Amino acid sequence: MTDVERRRGASPVPAGWDYAPAPEARDIVRLKERYGLFVGGEWREPRSGERYATIDPASEEPLAEVAQAGREDVALAVAAARDAFDNGWSRLPGSERAKYLFRIARILQERSRELAVLESLNGGKPIKESRDVDLPLAAAHFFYYAGWADKLEYAFPNRRPRPVGVAGQIIPWNFPLLMLAWKVAPALACGNTVVLKPAETTPLTALLFCDVLRQAEVPPGVVNIVTGDGRTGAELVAADVDKIAFTGSTEVGKAIQRQLAGTGKRLTLELGGKAANVIFDDAPLDQAVEGIVNGIYFNQGHVCCAGSRLLVQESVYEEVIRRLKRRMGTLRVGDPLDKNTDLGAINSRAQLEKIEALVEAGKEEGAEIYQPPCRLPEKGYWFAPTVFTSVAQSYRIAQEEIFGPVLSALTFRTPDEAVEKANNTPYGLSAGVWTEKGSRILWMAERLRAGVIWANTYNRFDPASPFGGYKESGFGREGGLHGLEPYLEFE
Amino acid sequence: MARAPALLGGFELPLEPRLPRIGSVDAVAVEERAASLARRSIKREAKLFALDLAIRMIDLTTLEGADTPGKVAALCSKAIRPDPSDPTIPSVAAVCVYPNLVPTAVASLRGTGVRVASVATAFPSGQTPTGVKVREVEEVVAMGADEVDMVIDRGAFLSGRYARVYDEIVQVKTACGPARLKVILEVGELGTYDNVRRASLLAMAAGADFVKTSTGKLPAAATLPVTLVMLEAIRDVYDETGRLVGMKPAGGIRQAKQAVQYLVQLHETLGPDWMTPDLYRLGASTLLNDVLMQVRKERTGRYQGPDYFTVD
Repeated sequence: MTDVERRRGASPVPAGWDYAPAPEARDIVRLKERYGLFVGGEWREPRSGERYATIDPASEEPLAEVAQAGREDVALAVAAARDAFDNGWSRLPGSERAKYLFRIARILQERSRELAVLESLNGGKPIKESRDVDLPLAAAHFFYYAGWADKLEYAFPNRRPRPVGVAGQIIPWNFPLLMLAWKVAPALACGNTVVLKPAETTPLTALLFCDVLRQAEVPPGVVNIVTGDGRTGAELVAADVDKIAFTGSTEVGKAIQRQLAGTGKRLTLELGGKAANVIFDDAPLDQAVEGIVNGIYFNQGHVCCAGSRLLVQESVYEEVIRRLKRRMGTLRVGDPLDKNTDLGAINSRAQLEKIEALVEAGKEEGAEIYQPPCRLPEKGYWFAPTVFTSVAQSYRIAQEEIFGPVLSALTFRTPDEAVEKANNTPYGLSAGVWTEKGSRILWMAERLRAGVIWANTYNRFDPASPFGGYKESGFGREGGLHGLEPYLEFE
Repeated sequence: MARAPALLGGFELPLEPRLPRIGSVDAVAVEERAASLARRSIKREAKLFALDLAIRMIDLTTLEGADTPGKVAALCSKAIRPDPSDPTIPSVAAVCVYPNLVPTAVASLRGTGVRVASVATAFPSGQTPTGVKVREVEEVVAMGADEVDMVIDRGAFLSGRYARVYDEIVQVKTACGPARLKVILEVGELGTYDNVRRASLLAMAAGADFVKTSTGKLPAAATLPVTLVMLEAIRDVYDETGRLVGMKPAGGIRQAKQAVQYLVQLHETLGPDWMTPDLYRLGASTLLNDVLMQVRKERTGRYQGPDYFTVD
C-alpha cells in the first residue's frame, strides 16, 4: 500500500462526493393570480364569492387563488354537463369521441414538462416521479381509452352499451392529474360528460388541464372543473348527476355511499388500503428491498395501494431489515423540483399532523422506530422515511392507513401465516409477493384478498390493467376493459 | 488441491464459511434499479469531482495483436500525464497490456506510481490447461506486473464444474504472490444475472482482489445492471467477512457520462469507502479523452475539438 500512498501524496484522492443541486426550471409554468371555475368551456367567477389560496407544500408559499365552488356553482356545472350530454356528446360516433381523446393524450405528452413541474410545485412530489410516472401514465390512459371509444359494441357484445349521463368525479391529492385521467378518459370514451372536483390542496394541474381541453377543442360542457374543499364535493354528490366516482378516504367514501343509498345514482369508490408486501426467504433480497422502498416511499407514501405493511419470513428478517435500513440512508429528501430528490414534501399540514400522530402512537405502543439521518428543510411539510420494527398486528400502525412514508415491519413463518396476516385487515386494495418460486406466486395470488397483486415488483401501473379494491378499499374497477363498465348502461 | 464450494442456495461455502448465501437476482428489478440510478443528474462541481476521480480510476488498456513496444510506451506517457497542457489532471491508475508488453510498460512507468497490469491465463478465452495459465502468471509477475487480470474458465463454469473454476483461481492467486488479482468473469458469456452473482461470489471466495466484468473482446461487455449485481455481491462478502474486494467494469465504457453513471452507482451501493482507485477501476481506452474533453468543457464552458487531445 505504501507505493499507492506515495503516488497519491502529490495529489490525494479527494473524498466526500455531494451531488450539486439539479433543479428543474420552474419558469415553464405560468400561473394566473386567480382561477375561476371551468364551466361550459369558459372560466366563470364563483357565485359563492369564496376563494382560497393554494400553496406549494415545500415552501408554504401561495401559488394562486382558486374558487371555492358553492351549491349554485356546482348546479351550473352539472347543468352545463347535462346540456353537453343531451345536445351532442352522447350521440357523437365513438370514432369522433376518440379523436378528442387522442388529441388530449398528445397534448399531455407535448406539455408534459410544464404539467410535471406544476404537479410537483402544487403537490410536493419529486419531479422525477411526476416526470417519469404521473405524466406518461396520464397520457397513456387517454391513449388507451381513446382506443376503446369506437369499440364498445365489441367490448360488450350483444349488450347495447349506452352512456350513463353526467358523471360527478371527486379525486384525491396524491396523483392529481393521473387520477383526473383515470376518471375523465373512460367517462368520455363511453360518451358521458363530466363534472370533476380536484382535491382541495392540489387543484392547479386540473385547472391547467382546462387549457389542454380548449387546445384539443373539446366541446364546451363535456368536462367541467369545480374547485373547493369537501363541501364542494358534498354538493356534487347531492347534485343532479347520474353517477359518482370517488377516490379518497374510506371515511368520506362511506358517507357518500350512505347519502346515495336509494337515489338510483351509480357509485364507484376507490378508497384506502393497508397493503401487505410479503417477502419470502427465497426472494432476490436486494431487489425485494428496492420493492419495499418503492412500495412505501414512492410519492412520500401518499399512495392508496402503498405497501405499508412489510411481512418478512422470519429466517431472513434481520437481513432484510439491515439491507432496508442501509438503503434508506441513500434516500434523498428535499426540494421536489430537484431531479435527484427521492422523497418530496408531505402534501399538507393536515396530512403531516396525521402522520405525526400515528407515528407517536406507534412509539407509545412499543414499536421500534428507525429513521436515517437526514436534514429536512425548515419551511414546508416534511417527514423523514421511517420504518417501525417489532410491530404487532394489533398496533394502530399495523392496522390504520398512515398515508405517509412510514413502514411497519412484521414477520411470518409459513406461507399460510403470511396469507392470514396479509388478509387480516379491513382493507383489500393491493399486495406484493416476493419469491423465486412461480408456483408460490400463484398460490398466494389465489388466497390474497386484494384487488391488485404484484409479484416481484410493486406500484407498477398500466392503463390496460384494472385497479380497485375489496372490502373497505371500495368497489368498481378503473383501468382496462373493466374500467368502462361503471360508465355504461346495458340494455 | 483446494476444495470447491457447494453452490446450493442457502448453504455456506466451505472455504470461507462466513460467505453470504448465494441467493438470486431478479433481472427486471435489477435493470430498473440500475436505470433509475443512471438518471441521477450530476452537475457542476459534483461532475468535476466525478470526472477527476474517473481519471484516477482508469486502467488504460491496449490489448491488440498489433501492440508494439512503441505503442505501449506512448500509452504509458499518456497514462502518466493524460493532458500535458493541464498539470491538475491526475495520472490514471494503471496501464493494462498483454504479457509480452509488460517489460516495456514496467520500464516506462517506473517511479511514476502508475501500475502495470497484465492480462493472463490464456486471455481472452481461458481455454488452456491450468498449468500453462499458472506458468503465464508467474512469468508476468516475474517481469514486474503489479496486477494480473485473469479470465475464468467459462467452459467449466457453464458446464457446472464450479470446483474446477474455483481451484484454478486459487492456484492463480498463489502464483500472483504480491501482485493484485483481478478476476474477469466475462459476463457476456454467462447468460444470466444469477450466474454473474454466483461467479462473483466464487471468485471472491477463491481470493480475488477485484472482480471484473469483461475482457472487452465481446460486444456484450460491462453494463450498469451487471455491475450493480457484482457490487451487491461485493457488499454481501464485506458484510459477512469484512473483506473489501474491488470492482472493475470494463469494455463499452467510452463516454464521460457513462463513467459518471458508474460512479453514482458505486456511491449509492457500496458508499464512499469504495470511491478510490484501490477498490474501483474502469477498464477503458477511449474513455480517457472524452473525460478530458468534459473536464475542459466544465472549466471553460466550451467544447474543444478532438485534435486538442492527444491520441496514443
